[in-house]
Amino acid sequence: MKLTLKIWRQKNASDKGGFVTYPVDGISTDMSFLEMLDVLNEQLTEKGEDPVHFDHDCREGICGMCSLYINGNPHGPLQTTTCQLHMRSFSDGQTITIEPWRAKAFPVVKDLVVNRSAFDRIIQAGGYVSVNTGGVPDANEIPIPKRIADEAFDAATCIGCGACVAACKNASAMLFTSAKISQLALLPQGRVERKERAEKMVAQMDAEGFGACTNTGACAAECPKGISLTNIARMNREYFAAVVSSENV
Amino acid sequence: MILDSKIPAGPLAEKWTKHKFNSKLVNPANKRKYDVIVVGTGLAGASAAASLAELGYNVKAFCFQDSPRRAHSIAAQGGINAAKNYQNDGDSVFRLFYDTIKGGDYRAREANVYRLAEVSVSIIDQCVAQGVPFAREYGGLLANRSFGGAQVSRTFYARGQTGQQLLLGAYSALSRQVANGKVKLYPRTEMMDVVTIDGHARGIVTRNLITGAIETHAGHAVLLCTGGYGNVFFLSTNAMGSNVTAAWRAHKKGALFANPCFTQIHPTCIPVSGDHQSKLTLMSESLRNDGRVWVPKTVETSEKLRKKQIKPADIKDEDRDYFLERKYPSFGNLVPRDVASRNAKYVCDEGRGVNETGEAVFLDFRDAIARDSEDAIRARYGNLFDMYQQITGENPYKTPMMIYPAVHYTMGGLWVDYNLMTNIPGLYALGEANFSDHGANRLGASALMQGLADGYFVAPYTIGDYLAQTPPKKVDDSHPAFAESLANVKSAIEKLLKINGSKTVDHFHKRLGKIMWNECGMARTEEGLKKAKAEIKALKKEFWSDVKVLGTNEELNQSLEKANRVADFIELGELMIDDALNRNESCGGHFREEYQTPEGEALRDDENYAYVAAWKYLGENQEEELVKEPLEFENVKLTQRSYK
Repeated sequence: MKLTLKIWRQKNASDKGGFVTYPVDGISTDMSFLEMLDVLNEQLTEKGEDPVHFDHDCREGICGMCSLYINGNPHGPLQTTTCQLHMRSFSDGQTITIEPWRAKAFPVVKDLVVNRSAFDRIIQAGGYVSVNTGGVPDANEIPIPKRIADEAFDAATCIGCGACVAACKNASAMLFTSAKISQLALLPQGRVERKERAEKMVAQMDAEGFGACTNTGACAAECPKGISLTNIARMNREYFAAVVSSENV
Repeated sequence: MILDSKIPAGPLAEKWTKHKFNSKLVNPANKRKYDVIVVGTGLAGASAAASLAELGYNVKAFCFQDSPRRAHSIAAQGGINAAKNYQNDGDSVFRLFYDTIKGGDYRAREANVYRLAEVSVSIIDQCVAQGVPFAREYGGLLANRSFGGAQVSRTFYARGQTGQQLLLGAYSALSRQVANGKVKLYPRTEMMDVVTIDGHARGIVTRNLITGAIETHAGHAVLLCTGGYGNVFFLSTNAMGSNVTAAWRAHKKGALFANPCFTQIHPTCIPVSGDHQSKLTLMSESLRNDGRVWVPKTVETSEKLRKKQIKPADIKDEDRDYFLERKYPSFGNLVPRDVASRNAKYVCDEGRGVNETGEAVFLDFRDAIARDSEDAIRARYGNLFDMYQQITGENPYKTPMMIYPAVHYTMGGLWVDYNLMTNIPGLYALGEANFSDHGANRLGASALMQGLADGYFVAPYTIGDYLAQTPPKKVDDSHPAFAESLANVKSAIEKLLKINGSKTVDHFHKRLGKIMWNECGMARTEEGLKKAKAEIKALKKEFWSDVKVLGTNEELNQSLEKANRVADFIELGELMIDDALNRNESCGGHFREEYQTPEGEALRDDENYAYVAAWKYLGENQEEELVKEPLEFENVKLTQRSYK
């Protein structure tokens, strides 16, 4: 395959940045999208040009490190992560535009690399059950209906990649935040702190500069792990219940 | 040099309890006077950092990824073992211990492995309390499945994403301590050196991957939880960033490296499709619960398959060779990984491979789907099947998966004593980074167990014992040892940037990987290893004169990051070869063709090689010194492993 790549290049956080066009040739349909960028980077390096920087690690769709806004979609045309996107999804001669995630709360670090530490801070605000190591009951002392456990699992599969934010016209982090709130609100272990958790995580999400939710649903449509919009509804319920009966004095 | 494993005296089952009682404690008010550095935030690192912070120590946690949640533990699929015996099928702590020792082909320490089995039950309790959504039965209790090398169902799982769920559990505990101010996180920061003062580890030197700043961090103890070194093979199931640098730099500072040649080749990975390939993808071992491994009985049929003249479904049962079931009737498709991998290699070497390259065997779910329905199989392995389809473009519900072995895990690592401390006082190694629990072969679902055992339940006790004997005086980085280490790190980076040769870092990494895979992979010979050693020596020379690393240190520079790591992989590769050459026997994942039984099974030499081979670094371009720690077996009888 022969392709034309239009890639966002930006030297560092303070650089203005812009698109640069690169032709690539000899791309096999079995390559993953990131392997195609590896080919480009090898060629650039050999020519003495700075390779394109992008985030990636596990390359099996689970670490959530890879990103890329490809032809107007986070992670490209399929509902998967960029590392699991293969070149058979593109056609010979195609022009592919590659941009970083665009959101105020995800500032660009270099080229296609952005800073997603806002997500870590949202979790630090309350995305956990407050138990210390040791001194916990036997695992089977807390029976949980399979249906509930499965529902919690579905929410827990979020990989924290940020595609939901990138897809949203408001750059809202509601799907990410709600996935964690939902998982822990469904499980008996998380119920004790559910009110405080919802209040604190939502407050942190707002403080980070993420936008509001207008129920467009682009986040769930683009989520590589299929995190459902139901989680946002559940988070809203948790949040309102928490606010009206707040235990914070 | 004599290595003291510090294994406590007394009966096996009482060692850990007694040892915990005999360990010194740090008074709660004093704990806040100690600073602990944790490098790596996978299962071992995150659980250790969180647990130590909960106890009251001040923790600094480092990872090279943009968030601690990305560590490669997240990719573990199948499950985590624990001797809960919830299934009433005869499991016990002793049986998990026994299976692990036997699975490791009798090259692990009894005391460590027993402790691992003992604390395994607490891990499940801990994770459930954190809200880890393990699979459950309709009655609301936890579900289990079987894994290779065991005849009981003791594996707890969260669909095919167990590692993810466990890591997110540990990450949440870590995040809670960050919020409490007890852990300070340093993401996108890579460890470049360990700093020792008077022989004790007292800090590290790091590189900030965004700004390039080389910085020093001081503390009373340093924990390396930096994972394995499978990427020495270039192609492996490890994440692209997984590297040996932290462990290797510690090794060059005096920490012994044990059993480096013990690497695990996982039987069920998606086969290589071309030269462009950057990594290999594992298909969980749990698939062998329901999938049947086979190739055609004859080379002729395989050739037709390879030329796409026939489809797998066209091949009748009597023309199929379910070779694992045939050779190992009692364990069948659930033989340990090394055995399954080697047998896949044998049938492909005979010309019976089933894909275009001839290096693949089938993993077939036809019978399981007929027995349990497609929906039942989807519920068990849905995400794995989806992943397979995304990568290969084929539907595994309709046509059998094609799989081939790939490098997956490294049993070798930094030598540690019973306390998980290296031979450098104050320097610990946890999880895959150490060598301690898996011998020459790791059983499935035991890596998650070991990472969390080390981090949640072992290190918090043993580090307390060390710190209690260390004065609670602030360690600061004004000591000249820090300045010296800082200068060395800077000059090594400058050296790399100055070469400005003609070949990329990946070029060298791929060549190293080929040498290692061909000569130090699934089967090894003296001749091949000697050839590989010469090739690596030449490769190292060429790397340092012809590698091309662009840009500067003072920026995000992914080529420089890779160059640092590959430089260390090349040196490690040479040590792996030395270790494989030294070990004139076959055991577990280390298969020397010269040493095999008439049936082609690994032939151990317990008389001469029942020891841990720990290697001591003596200086640039010098042969390393071998230090032996004899292994003593008091509770299990060494036998030829049999899974027939």
